[in-house]
Amino acid sequence: MSDVINPDAASPTALSVPLRPLGKVVAVTSGKGGVGKTFVSANLAASLAKLGHKVLVLDADLGLANLDVVLNLYPKITLHDVFTGKAKLEEAIVRAPGGFSVLLAGSGMVEYSRLSAEVRDNFLRIMSGLVPHYDIVLLDTGAGISDVVLFAVSLASEVIVVATPEPTSLTDAYATIKVLVGQQKRQNIRMVINQAARLGDGRAITVQLQQVLDRFVTTEPGRPIKLVHMGDIPADPAVRQAIMRRQLLIQATPSCPAALAIGQLALKIEEAVIIQGR
Amino acid sequence: MLDFDQIILHTVATDTPKSSVELHRLRLDDARALLERDATSILPSPGGDATVYLQLVIDGLCELSLKDPLTGLSNRRHFRAMQERTIDGVARSGEPALLLMLDIDHFKKVNDTHGHIAGDRVLQAVAKCLAKCVRPMDTLARYGGEEFAVILPNCHTGYGSAVAERFRQSVEALDIEFAPGVTLRVTVSVGGAYAPEWIRSTTSLWTERADVQLYRAKSEGRNRVFLDQQQEIYVSAEEKSLLFSHLALGDPAWIESVPIENSSAAKVGAMQRVN
Repeated sequence: MSDVINPDAASPTALSVPLRPLGKVVAVTSGKGGVGKTFVSANLAASLAKLGHKVLVLDADLGLANLDVVLNLYPKITLHDVFTGKAKLEEAIVRAPGGFSVLLAGSGMVEYSRLSAEVRDNFLRIMSGLVPHYDIVLLDTGAGISDVVLFAVSLASEVIVVATPEPTSLTDAYATIKVLVGQQKRQNIRMVINQAARLGDGRAITVQLQQVLDRFVTTEPGRPIKLVHMGDIPADPAVRQAIMRRQLLIQATPSCPAALAIGQLALKIEEAVIIQGR
Repeated sequence: MLDFDQIILHTVATDTPKSSVELHRLRLDDARALLERDATSILPSPGGDATVYLQLVIDGLCELSLKDPLTGLSNRRHFRAMQERTIDGVARSGEPALLLMLDIDHFKKVNDTHGHIAGDRVLQAVAKCLAKCVRPMDTLARYGGEEFAVILPNCHTGYGSAVAERFRQSVEALDIEFAPGVTLRVTVSVGGAYAPEWIRSTTSLWTERADVQLYRAKSEGRNRVFLDQQQEIYVSAEEKSLLFSHLALGDPAWIESVPIENSSAAKVGAMQRVN
């Protein structure tokens, strides 16, 4: 069931507002950049693939996400070619090392960062066509709260906000959550705390964010905001090593604490999105 | 600017005026005439230091190029620059900024009935009246014709309507004397919109939203205020202090969460675009 409604269909800005979120689509977002969105998306996708699911990761930052960098993939055909009619959608989907599919936007998409109605329609059409072929689709969105990010998130039935315990990251995550609650009327937002120093830190941070939200953000009666803590990814030197080697963590060091945490996260996402969605 | 001064001083000191500006070879008459014609400009005198004099002329011209000659308010060029700067600030800080578009109601009738000089008087009087309603940090501009615009940075969303209403009421209460002993009154319609906080908007999108509200104010009878309804997504100092209360506790676990190794910068670079 969707918990997203179109808050101002009558206003001229309605174009930037969700049309209808698609099932089994999970947006991975954050307020601040550099907190590990792409790292989480890629490794979560690989973990879900390992569990036997058909997974697609989509660069929903329209060419600005570093999915290609993290996965060490430089395909000749990208979403940009699909948009410009130079290639078919199937040709742009590539196989990532972790056994999942990836759709990269291509650097040419940067010029689409002004989100016109045409780009939105195209994007939505492509997404609607893709979703039925996968068990789960992860959207790796950009940092910040640009209209591209908000649009991408609006297509997803579930949102994961990645944050680290740092004050800047928490403030930006909090601001993002406020926007998602305000603009998209979201009720459930899933939290992943990356670079947690100690087990339980992430849950405490989620509780803290929840308390501030409860106190400062008013929602319609009977529609409270619920932050769902999905897990902590511990600060782990193996993460940095994997990233520098441009490998997936769960392949490079599958038994390191961070990789195990991502495995746990995958199980939770499987339960919440794939099994519940059936 | 400093470098420029130093070059001039240097060349003067070594008696090689090759790269120094020779005032008598510059045609400054037009510039001086422009400054002379403007009552608010201070005309610099050419005696003394050439650099100082030139700087004053340039400053005067810059000042002129940002002003509307009739009302002395900012012109559209300056307004646009300030709007861009405000959008930048809002995207970075998430602090609310309000844009108001104000249009004098039935202004054409003033022109048609009382003539263009009276029309100009009205524009000047309204401009002066609006100028009294703004804070020093606000930008008030003549946007075009009988339309004015104000950017109010750091204007809390809770105060938007009251602020806009103050502009409207001040103009409504204003007696404009356009000839000795002859006064008239005008009203303004006001449309406003907040810049989308945390989002890098564009000047045109923001203006468009305020314009839609101005149009609404006009079509619903004029002399009224309409603001674009936007969700409040401002993170106040109070919210922040609560968000960080765990840091104030001094629990070493939180501090440890911050990566100690310097290498974290490289990690960020490899994974995420650094904004």
